[in-house]
Amino acid sequence: MKPYLREKVPKTLSEIPEYTAFEAGYLVSKNAGWRNVRPTVDKAKCVGCLKCYLCCPDGVIFRQDGKIAIDYDFCKGCGICAKTCKLGAIEMEAEK
Amino acid sequence: MSITAKTLDENEYFYGHKACAGCGGSLAVRIALKVLGERTVAVLPAGCMSAVGFNFPQLCFSNNAIISTFAGTASMLTGIEAGLRAQGITDFHAVGFAGDGGTADIGLQALSGAIDRNDNILYICYDNEAYMNTGIQKSSLTPFGARTTTTPAGKNIRGNLRPKKNMFEIVAAHDIPYAATASVGFLDDFMRKVEKASKIKGTKFIHIIAPCPTGWGIPSDETVEIAKEIVNCGLWVLAEYENGEYKLNYRPKSFSNPADYLKKQSRFRHLTDEDIQTIITSRDIKWEYIDKNYH
Amino acid sequence: MRKFLSGNEAFAEGIRLARVQVISAYPITPQTIVVERLSEMVEDKSLNSQFIHVESEHSALSCAIGASAVGARAFTATSSQGLLYMAECLVYASGGRFPIVMMNANRSTALPWNIYGDQRDSLSLLDCGWIQAYAENAQEALDLALMSYYIAEHKDVSTPFMANLDGFVLTHTYEVVDVPTAEQADEFLPRYETKNKLDFTCPKNLAFSAGPEYNAQFKYKEHLGMLSAVPVIAEAERKFKKIFGREYTGLVENYKTEDAEYVLVTLGSIAGLVRETVDKLRAKGDKVGLLRLRYIRPFPNEEIAKALKNAKAAAVLEKDISFGNEGTVYTNVNSALKKAGLTLPVSDYIGGLGGQDIAQSEIERIFDELKTETQKTKFIGIGGGRI
Repeated sequence: MKPYLREKVPKTLSEIPEYTAFEAGYLVSKNAGWRNVRPTVDKAKCVGCLKCYLCCPDGVIFRQDGKIAIDYDFCKGCGICAKTCKLGAIEMEAEK
Repeated sequence: MSITAKTLDENEYFYGHKACAGCGGSLAVRIALKVLGERTVAVLPAGCMSAVGFNFPQLCFSNNAIISTFAGTASMLTGIEAGLRAQGITDFHAVGFAGDGGTADIGLQALSGAIDRNDNILYICYDNEAYMNTGIQKSSLTPFGARTTTTPAGKNIRGNLRPKKNMFEIVAAHDIPYAATASVGFLDDFMRKVEKASKIKGTKFIHIIAPCPTGWGIPSDETVEIAKEIVNCGLWVLAEYENGEYKLNYRPKSFSNPADYLKKQSRFRHLTDEDIQTIITSRDIKWEYIDKNYH
Repeated sequence: MRKFLSGNEAFAEGIRLARVQVISAYPITPQTIVVERLSEMVEDKSLNSQFIHVESEHSALSCAIGASAVGARAFTATSSQGLLYMAECLVYASGGRFPIVMMNANRSTALPWNIYGDQRDSLSLLDCGWIQAYAENAQEALDLALMSYYIAEHKDVSTPFMANLDGFVLTHTYEVVDVPTAEQADEFLPRYETKNKLDFTCPKNLAFSAGPEYNAQFKYKEHLGMLSAVPVIAEAERKFKKIFGREYTGLVENYKTEDAEYVLVTLGSIAGLVRETVDKLRAKGDKVGLLRLRYIRPFPNEEIAKALKNAKAAAVLEKDISFGNEGTVYTNVNSALKKAGLTLPVSDYIGGLGGQDIAQSEIERIFDELKTETQKTKFIGIGGGRI
C-alpha cells in the first residue's frame, strides 16, 4: 500500500468534495521532472542490504527479488541512496 | 528485537510529496509512519510537511492525516485522541510532526499543555533549525552562528547570536513519560525510539535533527551524512528521558572536528575561528553537564 | 423539570442533554460557569464526556476541531479576548466544515479592559463562517444548545455554530427554566454521522490546501452550507415544538411589527426591555414594534424586509460599533432593505458598550426620535455624541 497515481483529476464542482476531506494517498502528478541525475542500480553489486531503501526521503526505493529497484515516477534524484551505498551499487547518471 | 530496514513495514505512507530533493524532514516522517503503521492518525501543522503533502488533489499520506493550525499540533492531537476514545476506539496512534518553529516557538504552549494533561499522543519535532517553509528564518532552534534570512551575516552581526533552545530538557522537565532525541543520520536508533514511544501510554516526544539541504546550504545527497556528523562532532546528542532519568545513547569515542561540520554548510561559511571556538566551548560545557547528569 | 438557572447554567444543561462527547474548557469571565457546571456533570456522571483542560482558547477550539475531525460531537465556550485569541481556529473550523458548537458570552473587547457585556466580540467575527445566534433568555439559551447541534451537524449544513449570550445580563441572571428529560432530548437530537472525518476503514486526508484552481469552489460550498441552515433551522424548530412544546420563529422574532409604523431592530437580551417598552407605548396608542434578530448568520434578509415593509421608520439598536463606519448590524440591515427596494429612513443607535445600562426611557426616546429624526448613527448615553 502506498499513495498512487490516479487517472481521475477532480475538476468540476460536483467532483470537488463537499468538505476539505478526500481519499488518502491520492496522487495526480509525478515528481520525475525534478530530476537532473538518476540513480541506476548495478544489480550485480547490490546485496539487498536496504540501507538505501531506509534512507530515501521519498520512499521510492523498494524491495525486488532480494535486491532493490527504484520508482522513477517519484524519484527526485537527490543522490542519498548512492552516497549511502558502500558497495557502489548505485551510480548517479545525468538525465538525458 | 528492534525494527530494522528488513523488518520495517513495506507500505509507504508518505509518498509523492513535493518536498525538496534530499529533505530530512520528509525522511523522518516517512520512517516514523512506517514504524507506527496504518492505524495512525498524523497531524501536521502549517509548515513544510503539510505544504508539500496536502495540496488538493495531490494528497500524499495513505494513512489518516490532517493539517492543524501552526500553533495547534498538540491541541489537535489531544482532540483527535479524545474524540476517538469517546467513541470507544483505542487501537491507534496519534502522532504529530511539527518543525522546529512549530514546536519550540509557536506550538510550545499547546505542547506543554498536552504533556501536562499526559494525553496519549506522540509528538515528533523534525528540526531543520529554521523556518524553512517560509524561506529560512530564525527559530529558537536555530543554532548559534547560523545565517538565516532574518539573521544575516554581515559586518556587524555574524548570523544568529543566540544558542539553540534545549527543547529536550524543557519537555523532560514536565516529567513526561518518554522523551528522546534522534537524528536522520541514525535511523535505526530513531526507529527504536518511535517503536518504544508507540508502546508507552501518555505523552511522548521525539526531537529529531532533520537537515534541510536548501536551508543549510549542502548538496541534496549530504542530508544523511551531515546528520551523522552533527552527532559525531558532539553538537547534537542522542539521548532519552524515561522514569525521571536521562540516558545517553551514544558517545563518540572522540569527537570529530566541529569546524569540518560547520564549513560544509553555507549557513556557517562566514564564521570566524573565534566563532567556531565559541561553538566548541559551549559544546564542551554541554558535554560536561551530560556526563554528569545523563547515564 | 423546572429549575432556577442562570443563562450559563441553562446552556450547560443543554450541552449535557446533547450528549457532547468532547469538551475543551478554558476559563474566561463571564463564560466560566458553563465549563464549571460541565465539569461537575462529568464528575457526577450525569454527562459521559471527555473533559479536556486546555491551556488556551486557541487550543480549546483546536482541540474541538480535532475531536470533530474524527466524528465526535465537540463543545467549547469562550468570551471576548478568548474569542479573539481563537480567531484563527474559527475560520479553520468553518473552512473544514466541522459542526462544533461554541457558547460565547458576549463581552466587551479591550482596550480599555472591561468584563461586561457588549457584542463587539462576536460581531467583529461575523465573517468567519460560523452560524451566529443570539439568545434572549435562559430558556432560549438551553433550547439553542440542543438545537445548535441539530442545525450544525445536518449534512447539508455542516457548519460550526456560535450561540451568543449577553455577558452577565443573561449569563448570570437567574430565571425559571424548563429542563427537558434526557429521553426527550434523545428523541430530538440524532447521533452525529458524517463523512467529513478521519476514518480507519476508509483513510482520509483532511484540512488540506487548495490552490487558486480549487479554492473558490470550496468557499462556494461553504457558503451554500451556511445558507442551507435556513431551512434546517425551520425544520429543527418544528421538531422541537413537537417534542418540547416550545415554539421558536426562525431567524427573527416579530413582536407587533405587523401594523407597526416604527420598528426597533435589535438582538440579544435587550429585546426583553424593548418588548416591554413596545407594550407600554402601544397602550398609549403608538404603533411600534420590535424585530429581534435571533440569527445574524445566516442573515435574515427577507425576514427583515418583510417586517419593515410597511414601517415609516426603523432603528437598529446594537452593542457594537465598526469604527470608522457604523454599527455592523446596521450595515447588514440596510443591505437587506436596499435589496428589497425599501427606502424608509433607518437610524443606528450604538448602546450598551462595556456593560453600559440602557434604560427604558432610552428606548422610549429612540421610538420618539424615529417620528421626526432621520439622522444616521448615534451613541447612547454619552451626552449627545452623534455622527
